[in-house]
Amino acid sequence: MTGRTRYVGPGRLALMMGVLLGAVVAGLLVGPVSLNPLRVIAEIVDRLPFVAVDSGLTDREAAIVWDLRLPRVVLGAIVGAVLSVAGGAYQGVFRNPLADPYLLGVAAGAGLGATLAIVGGQSTGGLVPLAAFIGAVAAVTAAYGLGSVGGRTGSSLILAGVAVAAFFTAAQTYVQQRNADTIREVFAWILGRLGTAGWHEVRLVLPYAVVSVVVILLHRRLLDVLSVGEDEAGTLGVDPARVRLTVVLAATLGTAAVVAVSGLIGFVGIIVPHTIRLMFGGSYRSILPFAVIGGAAFLVLADLAARTVLSPAEVPIGVVTAFLGAPFFGVVLRTAVRRRTA
Amino acid sequence: MSGITASGVTVAYNGRAVLDGVDLQVAAGEWVAVIGPNGAGKTTLLRAVSGALPFGGSVLVGDVPIGSMSRREASRSIAVVPQHSVIPNGITALDYVLLGRTPYIGYWDMEEVEDVRIALSALERLDCEGLGHRQVGRLSGGERQRVVLARALAQDADILLLDEPTTSLDIGHQQQVLDLVDGLRHERSITVLAAFHDLTLAAQYADRMALLDGGVIVADGPPAEVLTADVLSRFSGARVTVMRSPDGDPIVVPRRDQA
Repeated sequence: MTGRTRYVGPGRLALMMGVLLGAVVAGLLVGPVSLNPLRVIAEIVDRLPFVAVDSGLTDREAAIVWDLRLPRVVLGAIVGAVLSVAGGAYQGVFRNPLADPYLLGVAAGAGLGATLAIVGGQSTGGLVPLAAFIGAVAAVTAAYGLGSVGGRTGSSLILAGVAVAAFFTAAQTYVQQRNADTIREVFAWILGRLGTAGWHEVRLVLPYAVVSVVVILLHRRLLDVLSVGEDEAGTLGVDPARVRLTVVLAATLGTAAVVAVSGLIGFVGIIVPHTIRLMFGGSYRSILPFAVIGGAAFLVLADLAARTVLSPAEVPIGVVTAFLGAPFFGVVLRTAVRRRTA
Repeated sequence: MSGITASGVTVAYNGRAVLDGVDLQVAAGEWVAVIGPNGAGKTTLLRAVSGALPFGGSVLVGDVPIGSMSRREASRSIAVVPQHSVIPNGITALDYVLLGRTPYIGYWDMEEVEDVRIALSALERLDCEGLGHRQVGRLSGGERQRVVLARALAQDADILLLDEPTTSLDIGHQQQVLDLVDGLRHERSITVLAAFHDLTLAAQYADRMALLDGGVIVADGPPAEVLTADVLSRFSGARVTVMRSPDGDPIVVPRRDQA
């Protein structure tokens, strides 16, 4: 039993990968055009290096799988993985079970930054992700600063996050209204749901997502050390400020990047890490790696629900996650409050 | 194995001096108890000595200034048991004790088998061998304090700073915890600096006592010299009678003046 396998054992990994695989397959198979499941799988396998299988799909069907469904599933998986692991990371750094990229105002900050860049003449690309990142950093800084007033309790950080999110959203709306000529572009960006996604978006977001996830995962043991509080972490030889800064920047970078392609999707960062916590215990060494896998699976399934419940119309995916997440948030809040007063 | 030399240690919060030039020596392998009224600065002194807060003056660990050591170096020589340890939700005793190995694990590395072995032997040494898989938050007060000590032991430091290690324990468990600390001290030549509330108990375990009041050490010496009715009334405003146990240790008994 070494330090590694105690948290991410083969059994747990197999379970979670199985869930993800199931979600991906479901995401590929379900859609307005019904396709033969075996052929779809064969089509994907055919594209793997060194494998050649005749899927028997027509060119049109292959295009549906390859250009419409797969990029959407892949993008959903990336967005879900990043939002979940970022949520878990914020929870560890702020030692607050309610932290989430959406509730902290990080997503709204990214939205304002991107809007400013677009109305300033930047098209979708170039400086937009950078501006989104700057806006997101400003939001998390403001939420943390405001939330520390009068002691750092769980709810004051979240109240601060709600205020920051409201402010940034208002500012963003104002900027949009003043610049009606670019409003279409801004809306496309902000509401850029997974539905319009192609491989271009995947390529755009992937580098940021990888950096963010890798940096957060590298700090998983240190987040466990931080869970004994700043003072004690210091006497154990860890610089809490350095860990906090690095992890917050990584989580914020990832959030800003995925908001850029998916729009505002809330509560994923609460639902997934807490479910993992219930399943595998409270160590960040299991929460964070499994939040990546579980978050990917969760968002693929949420997207599946978003495009099927009112089919042929689509419900924004943020509506699905909020519908599930808000009650979940209530449960987490109750437990957190009970724990504090116990 | 190293001792501690504090000279002219000054700490101010918001312009108010909490420590105002503290001089204190703890020889290697010695147990010194810091006593004093509430708010005298006992915790602040321990935190300054551990390098956890900025201070004026100097603190030497052996002959190395604490300020010149990295956090990591300092945490390999000094283990701290705070008055109220933060116990993360749901953490098992083994995982908690493994946190004590942090100073020896590379920044992005994970514990090795050797670290797990050291943590298990620390649990065993503190009579907690069966508790490894139990949640720390669900242990009894005495068990929990022993697990916290096991974490400090796993840190493999030769200086142990204890901030009121027996608060909230009943008398039997107080003795058990302090006996364990004393045993470790002799076994591994650990230097102990501990803040205490219970003067009688402190006198039984400490080689020397230092009375902290108004930010300075006002009395320093063997327990029998520091714990006198005269000294205690002068500096703690307490009305006490000091008696002797059959072993010669001072026993401090509160006295109520009759109206």
